[in-house]
Amino acid sequence: MGGSGLVDLVRNGDPTLWAIVLLSLRVTVSATLCGALVGIPSGALVALSRFRGRTPLIVVLNALMGLPPVVVGLTVFLLLSRSGPLGDLGLLFTPSAMVIAQAVLIAPIIAALTRQVIEDLWVEYRDELVAMEVGPAGRVATLVWDARFSLVTILLAGFGRAAAEVGAVMIVGGNIDGFTRVMTTTIALETSKGNLSLAITLGLILITLTMAVNALAWGVRQWAEHHAG
Amino acid sequence: MQDSVAAVKFSGERGAPRLMRFERVSYAVNATNILIDISLDLWAGLPTVLLGPNGSGKTSLLKVAMELILPTSGRIAHPQRQGVRRLRKAIVFQNPVMLRRTAASNVRYALEAAHRQPSATAVERLLARVGMAALANRPARKLSSGEQQRLALARALAREPDILFLDEPTSNLDPNATKGVEDIITHIAAEGVKVVIATHDLGQARRVANDVVFLANGRLLEQAPATDFFRRPASEAARRFLAGELVF
Repeated sequence: MGGSGLVDLVRNGDPTLWAIVLLSLRVTVSATLCGALVGIPSGALVALSRFRGRTPLIVVLNALMGLPPVVVGLTVFLLLSRSGPLGDLGLLFTPSAMVIAQAVLIAPIIAALTRQVIEDLWVEYRDELVAMEVGPAGRVATLVWDARFSLVTILLAGFGRAAAEVGAVMIVGGNIDGFTRVMTTTIALETSKGNLSLAITLGLILITLTMAVNALAWGVRQWAEHHAG
Repeated sequence: MQDSVAAVKFSGERGAPRLMRFERVSYAVNATNILIDISLDLWAGLPTVLLGPNGSGKTSLLKVAMELILPTSGRIAHPQRQGVRRLRKAIVFQNPVMLRRTAASNVRYALEAAHRQPSATAVERLLARVGMAALANRPARKLSSGEQQRLALARALAREPDILFLDEPTSNLDPNATKGVEDIITHIAAEGVKVVIATHDLGQARRVANDVVFLANGRLLEQAPATDFFRRPASEAARRFLAGELVF
């Protein structure tokens, strides 16, 4: 199929294809937001706090950036399975479970990179903020806001990691046709079935979407940097 | 006179209150002494200049005064002023950090940090005070060095300080920008704010100093009215410094 197949699919507006694409986007964007909600504040707190065990925590946080997706998938599966502690929520094999798995996967990435960015910025801002008697909450808010352009790049890294993820979402989502089937799991499935043209087409769509999101974020960043300095 | 003993010939203008007292303040990092046994009084009134070569401890002294670093020994005392609120201090650094927002937002931020109403009028007034009203909506990080220094002054003034410390405020500026900053400093001092400027620029010291505190190698060697200091420096190091010799 290749490039012409992609054009045909897009032009014909195949509803199944678009459902897969939209679900992929929904899951990935939701997971990135959840990961950011957890990762940015926790990364900033670790950056600005001094406590016993901080260094080992940073080492663990950095190590968690390389979490194996299948291990995350298995852990979330065990938590959400009927006999698991969160089994009553009935989330297994739903898009919500996929969001949780992806968020667990990318939250440490966002937290670890945020910690580094905020800590570097704190070195630069420390004297100024202390001299202005800005309190701890104000310091976190100021540093996160002033690091916003770097944080956008970090979020893009998280988005890219989530968008490319297949192992964890396959385990907790089940790759159910029309319900939890996303681009990556479809690509894996169609490849195993020998339907390479559809797999390639979806791969191209995935790459195009990822590049479009990055380009959009880059444009927003350039615009914002120009106006805010 | 031995250079290790401070010659103190200045005790403030008549009737001026003492704002701050350094009592045998020393500061060391690892085994390196940065400040050694500094005893110094800062009095309300016209500008005091901390003069000395690079590495003499001027910046560290300002940081100790601002409580950004703690002295290794000794202490800073703020004389009790009955019925008067706590002494308000502010500082402008040699390379002030501009927050990633507009000039007006930087001032608004400083007002909020000082628990003052960050009204548009207050922001405009502060920017006008440093000649920056026309640049209110410019991103702070895109301002020139001179404009950034003036914006940093506006932020410092947002605290309504009793005492304003300036660390080499014009070291990166051309003569025109230097004049602009010095004019603002003169106005601020005339309004009753105690200004303490750290500099190694003799010309600037002569232009703005009412009294001079001379530091070398972390020691306070001299405190004297500016006219006396420039005419008859008491320490050998100050004599050499004024003669343009290299003082280590």
